Formats: sequence, structure tokens, C-alpha cells
Amino acid sequence: MDARNKPRLVVIGNGMAGARAVEEILARGGAEQFTITVFGDEPYGNYNRILLSNVLAGSDDTSEIYLNPLDWYADNGIDLRAGVRAVRLDRFARIVHADDGTALRYDRLIIATGSRSFFPPIEGMWADDKTLLRGVFGFRSLDDCLSMIDESATRTRAVVVGGGLLGLEAARGLQQRGLTVDVVHSPATLMNAQLDDPAGAILRRSVEDLGITVHTGTATTGVRGADGCVTGVTFADGTGVDCDMLVVAAGIRPNVGLARGAGLTVQRAIVVDDHMRTIDDDRVYAVGECAEHRGQVYGLVAPLWEQAVVLADHLTGANPAARYHGSRTATKLKVAGVDVAAMGLKAPERPDDEFVQFSEPRLGIYKTIVIRDDKLVGATLLGDVRKVAFLMQAFDRGLPLPPERVSLLFDLGTPPVEVGAAELSDDAQVCNCNGVSKATLVACVQGGQQSVSGVMAATRAGKGCGSCKSLVTQIVEWAAGGAVADDPAGTWYVPGVPYPKPELMRLIRELELHSVSSVFAALVPDGREDAHSKMGLASLLHMMWGDEFVDEPDARFINDRVHANIQRDGTFSVVPQIQGGVTTADQLRRIADVAERYDVPMIKLTGGQRIDLLGIRKEDLPAVWADLGMPSGYAYGKSFRTVKTCVGSEFCRYGLGDSTALGIALEQRFQGIPGPAKMKLAVTGCPRNCAEALCKDLGVVAIEGGRWEIYVGGAAGAHIRKGDLLATVGTPAEVITLAGRFLQYYRENANWLERTYAWVPRTGIDTIRAVVVDDRDGLAAGLDAAMQKSVDAYREPWTDARQDDSDRYRTALPLIALPRVPVR
Amino acid sequence: MSGHVIGVLADIPIGEGRAFVVDGRQIAVYRMRDNSLRALDAACPHRGGPLADGLLDAGIVVCPLHGRGYDLGTGAESDGGPPACPHTATADADGTVRVVLGP
Repeated sequence: MDARNKPRLVVIGNGMAGARAVEEILARGGAEQFTITVFGDEPYGNYNRILLSNVLAGSDDTSEIYLNPLDWYADNGIDLRAGVRAVRLDRFARIVHADDGTALRYDRLIIATGSRSFFPPIEGMWADDKTLLRGVFGFRSLDDCLSMIDESATRTRAVVVGGGLLGLEAARGLQQRGLTVDVVHSPATLMNAQLDDPAGAILRRSVEDLGITVHTGTATTGVRGADGCVTGVTFADGTGVDCDMLVVAAGIRPNVGLARGAGLTVQRAIVVDDHMRTIDDDRVYAVGECAEHRGQVYGLVAPLWEQAVVLADHLTGANPAARYHGSRTATKLKVAGVDVAAMGLKAPERPDDEFVQFSEPRLGIYKTIVIRDDKLVGATLLGDVRKVAFLMQAFDRGLPLPPERVSLLFDLGTPPVEVGAAELSDDAQVCNCNGVSKATLVACVQGGQQSVSGVMAATRAGKGCGSCKSLVTQIVEWAAGGAVADDPAGTWYVPGVPYPKPELMRLIRELELHSVSSVFAALVPDGREDAHSKMGLASLLHMMWGDEFVDEPDARFINDRVHANIQRDGTFSVVPQIQGGVTTADQLRRIADVAERYDVPMIKLTGGQRIDLLGIRKEDLPAVWADLGMPSGYAYGKSFRTVKTCVGSEFCRYGLGDSTALGIALEQRFQGIPGPAKMKLAVTGCPRNCAEALCKDLGVVAIEGGRWEIYVGGAAGAHIRKGDLLATVGTPAEVITLAGRFLQYYRENANWLERTYAWVPRTGIDTIRAVVVDDRDGLAAGLDAAMQKSVDAYREPWTDARQDDSDRYRTALPLIALPRVPVR
Repeated sequence: MSGHVIGVLADIPIGEGRAFVVDGRQIAVYRMRDNSLRALDAACPHRGGPLADGLLDAGIVVCPLHGRGYDLGTGAESDGGPPACPHTATADADGTVRVVLGP
């Protein structure tokens, strides 16, 4: 049909409800039926508001919370007016007026204006009629969240008014950003909407254990300010707390002004019928937090999904009989790091309601269930939510319950979670953030999507808080009958060049490609460069060609361009080489002189037994290196880093081998060699293992009898893994040979950014031992020669860079203001 | 000819960016492999990272701090995050580089 003749659907509100309703309408062919326009007063695509607390806490980037980026609207032919607010609705002319002066006629209208933060009347909170005092925030939108993050950088002490879900999340987020935080809650129980008194008390203890001060039963009556900025709050009893930041999370209120102005019936929110239609106007629907259905206003995400389905069924005519009957609300979330699940009743209400209660306050665990007529009508889980999946199912669908009620709270010989994928009922909701059921996932697999990532992209399951990812994986694997396909691009060494590592290396060798730009030109079908692939290619070429590698600065990450590690404020960290962690008075004196001369804000001992000078300005780097007169420690590269050692036999009364001498020898030999990821080593002089050699990429342990054990694939960072014993040898020379051969085998075969702790178990220690120690495949001589080539190609980067008079070290920005590092 | 003169083409190595102050505003200017120029605000809208120091290809620049990607033409963020403000940079026949500030 011609676009001009299609009826126009206008959606006011681009939050989770509005966007979800549009998605459901599109899924029913709505794009054929309607010309769709969406107004959103935030200047972004649609994002998952539930995850704002993760953004505040720094565990999610803002990019990770988008549900529909701006492209999605264009791809679906939707006219998105982002950053435009609908200000007036004329129902008789059927026109929406927006704050940019435009007016748009509609045939059907969906109001999805959601809620806003509620600011209780507190004296002194407002600078004027419209503006909050500087330092006072609501916590509702992405902009709120980003402003809070900015502000928190220069603040030390925050008060959060409101001890509900949002308030506790705000408190935890700010605390993780280094602020001292007090939570002030006027009811006696934290999260009193969901929790009973004992549960609230246990939650309080868990929150206080995190270092957050909690005041309950305390009403905030005033805000103190000076020079237009907040300085504290006062309570009803006359006491108070000083603060330089205040977050008000005292609830939300539906945005109903527009609807009320248009003469729609508004009680607690916009009143709708069972089709999600306003009771006054058949052309106007309302959905989400701004809608009131049978006296209920829902503030959770699951009811909103159900409402959007009914609305779309009715609006598109897909199912004119579709009716919404209200939702049973169940929530499972993490509040300030504590798992909480709550559904239905908090406590028994009738004399014959069954109430089962378990409490272990010291561990922060509390569980209750309420049963009526053999059906689950309420449950609360705090601290341990392993049983939540079954309880939610039982609650939603009135499943028959086991006679031993205690088995509802604990696993008593019931099947483990893994068996759950098959047994879970089809309509069980797997992803609670995006409302994806098991049946949807199975249908997606049956529709041809055979990889976990493909199913997740197509259904968006697991793209919310991520807590269901393992269950999604299990269901996809089960539905695919174990035949889960790998993503073809998943085998490529870098995303922009379509070859796995062995083939890529063969082609690079055959075609003699010495530079990153030549790899793109020769091996990518249209020659297109890919910024995300450059760093991995540069590393690979450097490893393969040694001094024949053509080093193009525009293929290098900034750290490798300027031989230092960029910090969050755009300054750099400088770590000189201190071989084996052994230094001298002369080196220390030079480091001290440099630190004074360049006002180095922080001098830090690293985990690798070196000295880190932090906060060096980019333009000072060459001068700093010249004054240090020490080689680079390569603390910034995907490369060999350092060898940690213990005192060893020279001084230690337990020492069995000269660990410092061997550590220095290893570091001298392998300094600076590039690899797929960083390589951290250690040598320890006896099995007491003071140098922590068992959890290094390669660790050496001296044992009785003058022998040395070599461990590989250990880690003690984001992952913890004890290394596997590769070999036990008799001399330091053998250690150096096997270390070089192992590192070369790893460099040639590991994926980009794959640390040894992943590569060693993937390859298998037996295979590695066969190649590296026993030379089963006749590769040893080649590996040794390739490593020797890399060793010979070593050039000390700081020496070269000191002569660099280009503008490479020019400042790129004075960056964001940071909290000043205290000079200690 | 219009626009603020910020220097000459040779100031910017091929395939890299450099930061300039234009009318009191910090701008990152990039020189593409075909010698054409692109320009964005110098500070990453995410956490203020130095976009002039980012790795780039023909389409995007990647912020060195957290890996956000910005379209060098429109400033749009690859995953739909807040965009960087785009500007127009051109080189005259004699190599003089001019910047016209964007929207």
C-alpha cells in the first residue's frame, strides 16, 4: 500500500514499554499496516533501564545496555523522533504536538510515557522551581546515570534517600566509585515493598557488611546547601549527615500529564481496559508503567511484556479477542550484590495458609514460602536463589507441590540444574530481562539458528543482565541435539580477515606480507581495513618476521605507538625494566629523581616486582626515558612482561636453586618479545614458592637435588589456574631452552588475546609436552630457531624513541578531571 | 575559502589522527589512506578518551580507552551509544588544512 494511504501509528515514549510494543506490532506485520512514528524524549535508541545500576557500578558500559540502537528504527522504516518530547495531545483533531514545534496526526496512538523519579517534598532540595540543588540527583534515565558518574568523580560522600531497590543499587554503584555512602529509608524495613521484616533485617546486615551505612525509620526533612551545592541532609529528629552528593530514589510516579491534559481518565495512572485501550478513546492505547489495569500499576518488566503482546494482538487485528488479565509479579534480581527473589505474598494472610520459613542470618540467607490450598502463592528468597526457577514456575502456573515443603527451599536429591533444560516447560521464561521463553529459543534453533551467539542475537535472550546465559546455552545445546554450530567468524584470528591462524600464517609467509596494510590489501576480499583487527595482525607479523616486520604506526594501538600504558585520564604509566625484580641504589636514585622532576603523582610497586611511575604526561615521555636511562619493562604490551623471583639460594636459608640468577637470565633473553597476550613468568628457589610460580604463564620451581620443575598455563588474575607440570630438568640452561620452545609454540598457535591458561588446557598438556619436551613432531629445532630470531630482533623501544623528534608525543587532549591521587 | 586554518596536511601522518584546538574547541582530525580528512570532537563522549589517539580504518575510529567505535563521517557510535560530534576537515591544493565546525 502507498505510504501516504497507510494509517499512521504514533507511539509516545521510547522506553522499554513503547519499544517492546512496537516490536510486537512489527512481528505481526504492523509495518505493512501502519506508518509508524515514535517520540522519545531521550536522545538515544531504546535501552534496558534495568541495567542502569550496572552502568553506575561500572560493570556494564553504556553500549552494553542498548536494546534497539538507532539503526534498528531506520531498518524497520520507523520514524524515530529521538530527543523530541510530545507536549500536548489533541484527541479531537487526533494531533500530537511536540516541543520542536511539529504537529503530527495519528490514526492510532500508543501512550508509553513511563514514569519519572518522585521527589518527596524536602525543604532546600530545589535551587529554584525547576532546578535541583547542585549535587542532587534522581536515578531514572541514562542521563541521570551519566551525570551521577561524572559528579561522583569529584565527590567523596553521598547520601541516598530511599532504601528500596533503586536506592540500594544507587548506593552500591556510588560506593564502588569510591564514595562513602549512607542510605536513609523512612520505613523501618529495607525494600519493604518486597520483603518482610526479618528479610529486610538480613538484607540490611548484608548491605552494612559492604560498608554502606543504613538509617531506617528515618525521615529526611531538609537538604542543606552552601554556594548552590548540597552539603548535607537533616532528619526529622534534628540529626543529620554531611554529604556532597545526594541521590533521591524515593519511588517513581507515572507520567500522566499528557493524558490528563487530553481528557483521558487517570487515576493512579491512565486507566485501560483488557485490550490495553484507554476507556475513553478507542484509538488510544496505553502500556507499561503509565497504564493502570484493574486498579494495578506495574513497575516491573515482565507484566509490560505481557501487556505489549495483548496490545499488538488487538491493534493489528492479529487476535482481536486477546485480553490482558493482569500479571502475577515475581522478581529476581541482585540488589547491591545480594541475590533477591520475591513473588506474591510476603507472609500468610489466612489462618490456614501454610508458611515455611528458613533463616540463617550469619550467612545472609533467608527463605520463605506461602502455600494456600496446595498452591504456591508467595515466596521470598534472599542470599540463595538456586530454587527460584522452579518456584517461579510453580507460582505462575499453580503446579502441584511436593508434600515435603522443605524440598521447595533446598535441593534434596532433586535433579541438578543441568538436567533442567529438558525438563523445563516450554512456556517457562528463561530470560527475564527480555521476556524470552524456552519455546522461543527452541523455535529459533529449529528455524536454522545453530549457534548460541546466533540464537542470543535473534531472540535477545541473555542480552539483558546476562544471568541466564548459561541456561540459554544449555537449552540451545539441548534443542540442537548437541550439534551446536560454531560461528564461522569465531575461528578467524582477527574479525576483519577471514582466515584461522594457521592458514593466515601460511598465506602471510607465502605472499611475504610484512606489514598490516599489505595483509588487508592481499587477504581481505575488498581490501577493506578493519580497525579492530590491526593490533592482532601487528602482533602476529612482529612475531613472524622479527626485524623484517614493517612497523606502521597507524596499525599500532596507542600503547605500542608511544611505548607506555594509557591511563583513564590520558596520561601514561612508565615501568622501567627491573630484571628479576632485582634493583640497585643507582636505579632507585634515578627513578626518584625522575619522579620529583616530573611531579609524578603516584609511584607504585607492581605485582611483577617493578616500579610503576603513573600519571606521566604524553609529551614528557621521551624526556622521562632519557633521564631514567633504563630499558622499557614492556608493561604496556601484549608481550613478555617480567620474571618474578624470590631471594633464592644466595641469601635465603631454605633456597635450593639460584632463582634470581635464572629469573634475570630468562628476562634478558625474552625481553619484549610480542605474543598473542601478555606472558608473565616466575622462578622460585624452593617449593615454598614465594614467587608464586605455580600460577604464572610459565613458572619454574627449584627442588631438592639441583633440579627444576617447569609449570605452564597458570594464572592468578581474572582466572585462577594452577599451572600444569611440563617437565623436570637438571640445569638452568635446559629451563631456558624449554621456556623458549614453549613460548614459541604458544605464540604460533594461540588465538589473539588467548592467555596460556586457556591455550594450555585447550591444546592439552600431553600434546604440548610431546611437542616441546619429547619433540614428537620434529618441530623443536624450528621453534628454537624462530625464538632465536625474535630474540635477535629485540630493539629497546625507549632508546629509539628518545631520538624521535616527530610530534608522536604531542598531547592528544587534556582529559576529564579525575579525583586527585593523594600524594602519600 | 572558509573554515579555520589549523595547519598543513603534513602535520598529520597517514592513517592517524592529531588533536587541534579550533575556536576554543578540541577537535581530532584524521588523515585517511586516500589523503582525505575526517574530524570529530577530540574527547570520547563515553569517558573522555583521546579519540585522536585511536586506531582507525576507512569507516571508524576506535577509542583507546574502552574500545568504543565512532563513524568518522557521522560520529555515530557502533553499538548505538552516544555519538561523537562530527566536523568537516578539508585540505587545499597547497596542503592547508581547514576545519568547519559541525552541528
